Amino acid sequence: MNERMKGVWWKLLAVALVVYTISAGLTVEVPALAILHETIRNLFFHVTMWFGMMILMLVSVVYSIKFLSSSDESNDIVASESAHVGMLFGSMGLATGMVWAYFTWGDWWVSDPKLNGAAVTILVYLAYFILRGSMDDPTKRAKVAAVYNIFAFVLLIVFLKILPDMTDSLHPGNGGNPGFNTYDTTPKLKMVFYPAIIGWTLMGVWIVSLRVRLKTLAINKMEQQ
Amino acid sequence: MKTISKIMLSFIALLFSGASIAQDTDKIEMAKEMMASGKIYVVIAVLLLIFLGIVVYLISLDRKIGKLEKEAKNQG
Repeated sequence: MNERMKGVWWKLLAVALVVYTISAGLTVEVPALAILHETIRNLFFHVTMWFGMMILMLVSVVYSIKFLSSSDESNDIVASESAHVGMLFGSMGLATGMVWAYFTWGDWWVSDPKLNGAAVTILVYLAYFILRGSMDDPTKRAKVAAVYNIFAFVLLIVFLKILPDMTDSLHPGNGGNPGFNTYDTTPKLKMVFYPAIIGWTLMGVWIVSLRVRLKTLAINKMEQQ
Repeated sequence: MKTISKIMLSFIALLFSGASIAQDTDKIEMAKEMMASGKIYVVIAVLLLIFLGIVVYLISLDRKIGKLEKEAKNQG
């Protein structure tokens, strides 16, 4: 029982935190801001997707570096599967962002450094999977993919953080933005926002762990045959 | 006399400017009625149901993979 609890507690925590996010996220008192109105609650859903994506991509690049220093194939599996789930989170972030943009900025897509940066980041990681798919030799594939992954993570930081910070962006958190800034983040919002990041990210980690286990099984079976 | 009227005027202007700011924040629509009638909980219930459905699905996947792992261990 104790041994089983070890693998289960963080999944329970993930579910509990997301249940809290949905319940408190829709009822917590939010600041009344022009343009945003109730949509500020998307903070707990749209923004957390991007945080989850960035954390999963960080996990991915750490395991890529681990692979390069150890040549242990299991590290490569974790790197590729967490990048996969990170892409899922990123796509969700992009799609939810478009809906939010339409109802607050008036268009599905505006040519904004943050938005274009996000799109480029998604493309950079798509290239990671195309690169993986284009090579048959598993050792070579793992090595080239690991090196590219480091490059991709650097680009993620540049396109999602550094470039939007250098210019004015409509998007909150970068440059000058009239709609929403750090002063508007009330303690009540933070009380839902931080648990939401942890909850959604842990859900992502859960999916990663499933994918890693499945991939390991498949590879072991291939080797037996 | 002139200075007094000037002060009075600016005071009145100040009052009105304050009132107009207060009105602006009143105009921002928030879903207060929705909260009061409690119907927002219906939305929460629907969202929770969807989320818990996904969780149940993940648990079943988790178990299936666990079974496969056990089988692979016994064979190996």
